Formats: sequence, C-alpha cells, structure tokens
Amino acid sequence: MKKARQDIDSILEKYPRHAHHLISLLQDVQEAYGYISPEHLTLVCDHVGAPLTQAWAIISFYKSFSLEPRGEHEIKVCLGTTCHLKGGDRLARMCERDLEVKRGQTTRDQRFSLDTVKCVGACALAPVVMVDDGYLGKANIHSLKERLKKL
Amino acid sequence: MGKIKDVQELEAWRDRLLAAWNPEQPVVRVCSGPGCLAQGADQVAKAFKAAAKKGKFKVAPLIKETGCHGLCSKGTLVNLAPADIFYVRVQPQDVPEIVETSLVKNGVVERLLYRENGKRCRSAADIPFYRLQEKVVLKNVGDIDPLSFEDALAAGAYRSMARALTRMTPDEVIETVRLSGLRGRGGGGFPTGYKWRLAADQTRQNPGPLYIIANGEEGDPGAFMDRAIMEGDPHTVIEGMIIGAYAMGSHQGFLYVRHEYPIALHHLTIAIKQARRHGLLGRNILGTGFSFDLEIHRGAGAYVCGEETAIIASLEGRVGVPVTRPPYPAEHGLWGRPTIINNVETWANVPHIIDKGAEWYAGLGVSHSTGTKIFSLVGKVNNTGLVEVPMGTTLGRLVEEIGGGVPGQARFKAVQTGGPSGGIIPYEFKDISTGDRKLSRGELTSPDMVLETSGFPVEFESFVQAGSILGGGGMIVMDDKDCVVDLARYFLNFLGEESCGKCLPCRLGLKGMLEFLDNFAQGRGDPEDIEVLQSLAQAVMDGSLCGLGRSAPNSVLTSIRYFREEYLAHIQEHRCPAGVCRDLITYRIDQEICDGCGLCLEVCPQNCIAGRKKKPYSIDSKACTRCGSCQDVCPMDAVIVV
Repeated sequence: MKKARQDIDSILEKYPRHAHHLISLLQDVQEAYGYISPEHLTLVCDHVGAPLTQAWAIISFYKSFSLEPRGEHEIKVCLGTTCHLKGGDRLARMCERDLEVKRGQTTRDQRFSLDTVKCVGACALAPVVMVDDGYLGKANIHSLKERLKKL
Repeated sequence: MGKIKDVQELEAWRDRLLAAWNPEQPVVRVCSGPGCLAQGADQVAKAFKAAAKKGKFKVAPLIKETGCHGLCSKGTLVNLAPADIFYVRVQPQDVPEIVETSLVKNGVVERLLYRENGKRCRSAADIPFYRLQEKVVLKNVGDIDPLSFEDALAAGAYRSMARALTRMTPDEVIETVRLSGLRGRGGGGFPTGYKWRLAADQTRQNPGPLYIIANGEEGDPGAFMDRAIMEGDPHTVIEGMIIGAYAMGSHQGFLYVRHEYPIALHHLTIAIKQARRHGLLGRNILGTGFSFDLEIHRGAGAYVCGEETAIIASLEGRVGVPVTRPPYPAEHGLWGRPTIINNVETWANVPHIIDKGAEWYAGLGVSHSTGTKIFSLVGKVNNTGLVEVPMGTTLGRLVEEIGGGVPGQARFKAVQTGGPSGGIIPYEFKDISTGDRKLSRGELTSPDMVLETSGFPVEFESFVQAGSILGGGGMIVMDDKDCVVDLARYFLNFLGEESCGKCLPCRLGLKGMLEFLDNFAQGRGDPEDIEVLQSLAQAVMDGSLCGLGRSAPNSVLTSIRYFREEYLAHIQEHRCPAGVCRDLITYRIDQEICDGCGLCLEVCPQNCIAGRKKKPYSIDSKACTRCGSCQDVCPMDAVIVV
C-alpha cells in the first residue's frame, strides 16, 4: 500500500490559494501520506487561507480522512446490504478478535488497519473483504484467515 | 489527431474509423467491471493479449477490456465477436482453449457456456437475463473500450451533441427533453425538461454564470448503476452534460464522483482530457462559438452528499450539510448562482433522446415514466448484476425472470428498493410496476410541488403507495433466511451514522428508533412499543430537513407494515423466525450431516465445540456466543439454527 512520498510543497503548489480547494487538497495529502498530520494540516490551511477550524470540521465530517497513520496492510470488510445479509459482520468480528483491534483502528505493531466499508460494489461476490487493493470474494472465516496469514 | 474544427471534420473522422473496421476481425471483449475484476478479469485479459500475439490467426484478434457486461455473478465474462459467443466464469487457464477452439477454429467451448435449465446458451441473446433487457443507456457499456476515444467515436459519441449545437436552438433542446418525459434517475423522479427550463429562465432574469453538476455520489449500498456508466462509457456522460449546458446556457460543469470509485474517476479523467484535446470541451466547441468545460470533484466519503444542497456545500469546500430549500439550487446554488444537478444516469439518457427523438423515448416505458431504468439486482438472487429494462417492468419479472429467482427457494420473501431510504416490499407486490410512481413525501418539498399545483399530471404510484421508493435503482432480494427486523436495524444504523447531525429529529430520533430495534432483536420489548416506534418514525420524517431524515424510517415502517408478525415473534415469543438475530438463536450440529472434518473446532473462538476427527462434532450451547464462525466455515452445511 505504501506509495512513494510526494513532497508536501509539490502537492500544495498544484492548487490556487483559495479555500474552495481545501477538500481537494486535503484529499491529495491523505492519498500521498495515508493520513493528515497536524503539521500538514497547518500548511494546507496556510496555503488556501482557511481557518484551522474549517479544516478540522472537514476532516472529522468526511470519512475518507484519517488523523492517524494507517497500518502497513489495510483490511476493509464490506458491510453493504448484500454483504450484511450474507454474513459480513461475522467476518468483521473475527478480524476484531484475531487482530485484537476494533473497527477503525490500527494494530499496535502498525501491521494492520481494520475498517468496515459500506459497499465496494462487488455484491455478486458477497461477502467481500478487501485486503489492500485485492478483493477476497465469497469470503468465509476460513478463507479470510488463510488470506491474512499470507500477509 | 488534434482539435476537431467542425462537425464535418468530426463526421469525417467517424466515417474513416468505420471504413477501416474489418467485420471479420475477431474481437474479444473481456468484462473489466469491478465484479469481474474481483474474479480475476485482469489476468484473463492479460492471457488473451499474450495469446493474440502468438497464435496463428487469419486476422489477429482485438482484445478489449470493456465496462460491465452485467451478469456479475458469472464472471469473468467474455464475449467473442463476430462469432457471437458468450463465455461465463472464464479463468486465465481457460484462455488457451478458447483461443484455439473459437478464434483459430470456429468451434465453441461448451463447458464455458451459460446454462439455463440444463440448456446451453451460445450467445448472450439466448440468455433470458439479457433477452428481457432493453439497453439504451448501457448500449455501449461492455461493448467499447472506455479508454479509447476512437472506439467511442465509432460507436456514435458526440453525434447528438454536434446535432444539438449546430441544428437546434437551446429552447428546442429543452423542449425535446421535456417531451421525452425524462425524469430524474437519482430517485427524485423530477421531470428533467422542466428543471432545465426553470434554470434557463432563471439565468435570463438574472444574467451571469449557471453551473451544471452530475451527481455521481452513488452512496446506496448495493447500487452501482452510475458507476457502470461512468466506467464503461464515460463520454456519454460528458456528451449529455455538454448538450444540457448548451440548452441552459452554462459554461462550467462539475462531475461529483464518489471517491470509492477509483476506476470511474480514472476513466472520466482520461475521457475529459480526450474531449478537451479534440476540442469537444473548452472554448468554441466544434467552431460553434459555444464554450463549456468540466471539472471532476472527488467525494470525500459522506452519504449525505448525494443530497443536492450538500453537494453544493462540498464543492464550495465546506462540510456537506444540507440547507433549507427554497431557494432551490436552480435559483440559488453553487456560489449563489443558478445550478442544475442531475444524476449521472439522467445525463447519460440525454444523447439518446437527442439522437432518436423525444417521441421514440416517450414510447419506451409507461405513460408517466418513460424510457428505461438501470437496476442493480443483488442479494439472494441467482443472476446478480446490472440490468436495464423499460420503466413499468414488474418486480416479479425483474427478480424471477431476469434475475433467475432465488437460489434454492421457490419465491423471494421481499425486495428492498431505493437504498437505505427505501422500503421493504414483500413478495405479494411482485406485480408492482417499476415505473408507475408518484412523488414521495420528501420529494414534495422539491420543485415538484410547484409543478404538481400548476397542473403537472402526477400519476398514481405503486412504489410510493407500497411505502418505498424506486430510488436510484438498487434492488436487494431477500429470502426466508433474512430477518426484516435485522435489516431494518441495519439501515437505521447506517443512516444514523450518516446523519449529518444538523436536525435533532434525525440525529437523536434515529438513535431512539435503533434502541427499540436493538431491544426487539434481543427478544425484549412490548407489542405496544411497535406503535411508539411508528410515532417516533413519523416525528423523524416530519421534523427533518433533507431527504435523508425524511425517508430514513421507510424501511422500519414498511417492515412493520408487511411483517408485523415477525416483529411479534421477536417480542412475544423471543424467537427470530429467519434465524438471524444472535440473541434469539441456538446453533446445533446436525449429527447426520456432519462428516467430522473439524473445521468448526479450529475456528471456534470460545472453544465450545467438542468431538473427534471423522466423528460428528457437537456444540456446547451454554458457552456458545453465537458468533456464527462454525456455520460460516462448515463445508457440509451441518451447522443449523434451532
């Protein structure tokens, strides 16, 4: 999952200095670094001329932002309606037990981040778990455990 | 080729492409929609590409990675032309055999054909799933390579736009859309032509910029209609928007796309670049003097941003919280200017209407709901996937004939339509038509209200009467093993989390409702609680500002309306008839079926399963937390709910 870290200045320079671009800019920082650090948050706000409170409001409102570094591997258990009907929640509970973290958290060794997502759109394969960028379709506890062991 | 100067040049280019087309060249279309990609479509395409370079062909085949073919449950799907063979469940290792049998020779790999009642179907047209559909918007999705501008051009892209720009006045375009009867496909069902007229009149009275937006924040779980269009035929969305911009006099548009749709974002970005490079976006399009450009905005992950005032807030760089309407965005929208927001599917209908005419479009579907509608058919149904049918198709036909019915059961229990804000419609309504609808409570506060009072004929509904909405087009099929209390609870939980928190009835009311359902799911509560829950639901609907809160209780209310006995079974008998609610069930291993493989014992987190290999195992129900792990892994389905 780790991408080459882009220089923060080169991300900032892509956008004109206007508060309209606050969300887009934060999205780029999130994508490049996997989270938004307090230092970057200040730099972004200075660049577009928006108050820190506005940026905080945005980060806490929209779900794609994280204020903490993410783990090396991201596990996203789909809990869309179809996955819910087909037992997605069991898989999420199993991950919580096995990784000893709650949904939305990262393991202490920074190896795994566990999340639940609302529909990845692969409903035909429900229940689905995304492990990093790969799909694990028609997942069950056994196949998910096997998949996690390989990481 | 660089910038296209005028319509003649555009048509000449298209003619050249069509003339260069060799009808004998084999074309392999590998479905690369997310459903198939998750099943390894990229590897299949890679294998075909490698084989195409090596094999001995008369004419080397063309390998295309296309958008979604629709039949996701049978992926990876591969379509061969001109032989017209449709292969399902193709794995990379099947590719050499397909190449040898069907591309080098003229044969068919029988084992990879779709089977219906034991009969093998050679071409897609033989399969009821496809035969009963009518593809208008999805015509090119699955056919063209979405990254190739020339492919789109050869398939007819920008023809309607050229025609509108050079041979129609803006008013004629609006009139054509109005006469076609096109209504918003995002769930609102507002007549598109009227909306455009409102906006055009607004800008006349109040000169200045007018913005148009394509709403691609498809947040409903289990719905992927817009995604398929954006991924499979991005130019059709762009073309529809240019036509709309010309009609209303807009020069700047925005595509607001969910960030969870990376492929759609990628394909749209490329398509916009192509359109700009060839002078179809930007200044002086095709030398007509009309200028228009488009910008993509990624949604940042908020369900409420499907609501139009929330999209506007988000585009302005603010938190996506809805605001009171009126003023409607058509009068006072983005940066205070008139703004028209249409769903992606709505925009994608426009080029077809201009191309074939309002009369043709109005002839599809039923009287007040014209055209076709795309649905995503998911849940407990055999043919999971994406379908496009004329408006007015019945629910029974969709689920039973096109969807192929419920696996292992004679009939479906219910269908949940319209996403989290929709309702649960029972089997008894299977003859309900998917076109025949009136505006719901939430919609009555939109400009529709104005039209209704000014004599716009609103036809009597079926979906709304049944307590649901047609919504964006998600259809989730439920069978006897799905509990309505559990599903209603799931949706409330979803909407409670997604509520922006601005209106108290939505923020706290949904929480309060959830407490009732949590109790029911644990077998607690009183039958009278159902009435209290209903009145609380009413309060949430009455007291919320936007569509989210106003329609949030739909699934609870419809499930009580049609499945009250299931609620009573939970409350009075402490029993979940579907065997879902954890606190009300007990797992047991069927001693006859268990073959003693021991998988259950391995996964049991409580260590409450006992037994020896090759002998039937048993569960200590006192220690069991009913996590369901054993049932999940059992290859024999021996773990049963009692």
